[in-house]
Amino acid sequence: MSILVDKNTRLLVQGITGNEGLFHTQQMLTYGTKVVAGTRPGKGGEWVLDGKVPVFDSCKAAVETTGANASIIFVSASFAPDAIFEAADAGIPFIVCITEGVAVQDMMRVREYLDQKQVRLLGPNCPGLLTPGETKVGIIPGNIAIPGNIGVVSRSGTLTYEVLYALKQAGLGATTCVGIGGDPINGTDFIDCLSMFEDDPHTEKIVMIGEIGGTDEEKAAQFIASKMTKPVVSFIAGQTAPPGKRMGHAGAIIEGGAGTAADKVRALEEAGVKVAKHPEQIPEMLKE
Amino acid sequence: MKLHEYQSKQIFGRYGIPVPKGRVAATATEARQIAEELGGRVVVKSQVLVGGRGKAGGIRLAKTAKEAEEVATQILGMEIKGLPVRKVLIDPAANIEQEIYLGITNDRAARRPVFMASAAGGVEIEEVARTHPEKIIKVHIDPLLGLRDYQARDIAIGIDLPKDYWKQFGEICRGLWKVYVECDATLVEINPLVILKEKSLMALDGKMLLDDNALFRHSDLAEMRDVDEEAPAETEARKYGLSFIKLNGNIGCMVNGAGLAMTTMDIVKLFGGEPANFLDIGGGAGADKVAAAMRIILSDKNVKVILFNVFGGITRCDEVAKGILTALDEVKPTIPMVVRLVGTNAEEGRKLLSDAKMITAETLADAARKSVAAVKL
Repeated sequence: MSILVDKNTRLLVQGITGNEGLFHTQQMLTYGTKVVAGTRPGKGGEWVLDGKVPVFDSCKAAVETTGANASIIFVSASFAPDAIFEAADAGIPFIVCITEGVAVQDMMRVREYLDQKQVRLLGPNCPGLLTPGETKVGIIPGNIAIPGNIGVVSRSGTLTYEVLYALKQAGLGATTCVGIGGDPINGTDFIDCLSMFEDDPHTEKIVMIGEIGGTDEEKAAQFIASKMTKPVVSFIAGQTAPPGKRMGHAGAIIEGGAGTAADKVRALEEAGVKVAKHPEQIPEMLKE
Repeated sequence: MKLHEYQSKQIFGRYGIPVPKGRVAATATEARQIAEELGGRVVVKSQVLVGGRGKAGGIRLAKTAKEAEEVATQILGMEIKGLPVRKVLIDPAANIEQEIYLGITNDRAARRPVFMASAAGGVEIEEVARTHPEKIIKVHIDPLLGLRDYQARDIAIGIDLPKDYWKQFGEICRGLWKVYVECDATLVEINPLVILKEKSLMALDGKMLLDDNALFRHSDLAEMRDVDEEAPAETEARKYGLSFIKLNGNIGCMVNGAGLAMTTMDIVKLFGGEPANFLDIGGGAGADKVAAAMRIILSDKNVKVILFNVFGGITRCDEVAKGILTALDEVKPTIPMVVRLVGTNAEEGRKLLSDAKMITAETLADAARKSVAAVKL
């Protein structure tokens, strides 16, 4: 079992002919993901990866022909908002945007539009998601995680890989690992994922990896305290980050005194969440 | 990216927002000439990219052109919060009846732009928010619809603006909204927007922050960047597509991924060390990028140790190790280096690097401990 994606997910890759698109499509196919189509305007009718995946000019054509029910976006930041709108208008209910560097006002318009259409977006600026042993939609290395009963949700990429790998070393596996991305405005947040994990019968415990900036962790803490029965272990990155500086991720910034790691840790601990001092403590905290 | 006051006000002016007719000067002589042209009393305003200029003595009134020259001489010699003043703005002095705050920013939690206004203008809005939050009017804007006229009116009513000014205030709100959208700003601020004794409104100050991710469609604005506000190493890092922030410690950190880079700093601190920087080399970690990152870290003379922390996912650790070795050959650093590789092909990677006399570590905690110890070598 899993959340958001499983072995029945029929994936469309937007921007499939680019370097990133092609490479990760191959990786996803190798993992067992059903990649049914790709798009690249002007290359409709071609096939990529030795005839494994057909390319279409538009999302609409791809959906009509292949019945794709999820999409992943690898196009550059200047074209990504349009790619999201296109997928939503083609009737795709779940869109993953890997692209980093999307302008924040674009994201506000995208999010408003998708909310009206009730389309779910994951990202942007995210590594996608992985349901170990079943499917991966994104760029999380498949070999670093095993199937299990822990739900993982994170704002970060490589830090999440670290945690997945540490879990694997400790013999622990994941139901699904979701990277929600490091941008200030995104499609899916902690609460969305926590709520799905709470409802997923196979998820027993949850790891939530946050970082400085915004108040999503604080809101998640309230949700955990009021709505969740499953235990949550957390880690918050950026204890030593100076205020007013963007720490790589567009959303990782302490502004006007808000968004500090200390505030988030306090809120989570008050909600009964065990917060690790460093990520390598997470496996043992889960075993407790 | 931050814009100076004079740049922001130039942009505001283009969008129909009334601004003073002042000009910017780099020397005291220029300042005097501008003051002569303007005639009457002027305000000499330091142009540095930090707040609190007034309190620091960086904004002063001058009654004559000669006095403007003297004041400009003093201000141009100043440093404000560590930044040297290189330019001053000479504006005609205004006859102020009331000061208002008006700004637009991104409300992250609401995922919408928000107009903020207050009748208590002229002081920092953060200060008003702390002491008198009820004095700030907030109106969220639908990003697909944009500012509606009634919303501008609601703001005017909310700050008790006299009826006679509503029309002009509405025009200023619409202008400011256009600036915010068309420049891809993350903040546009007029503080103060003043009611003049002459019975009209004017933007006496201006501040703009731009979204770095949107600069690709604003080459004209990108050119306005003043690199004085950044540490030179940060400017250098941007050239190589590296994300770098200087800190005050002595353990240089080189990490792939922003979240992991923050975590590496945190764990250095947790084990009693002080991180010298945040640095995300991104995916791939080719030799050229590693070499550039190494040079940037070593340009900080406080750095006594470099800690590499790399998670090999799709990029295999042995490839990363080869990148590091090539970079070492080129840069030839003399300080100790601790390296932690984990993930795909970590064993092969570690072997390559231990031959190069680097201190290898297996866990994050181990890497932090060894880095802290190496500072004392």
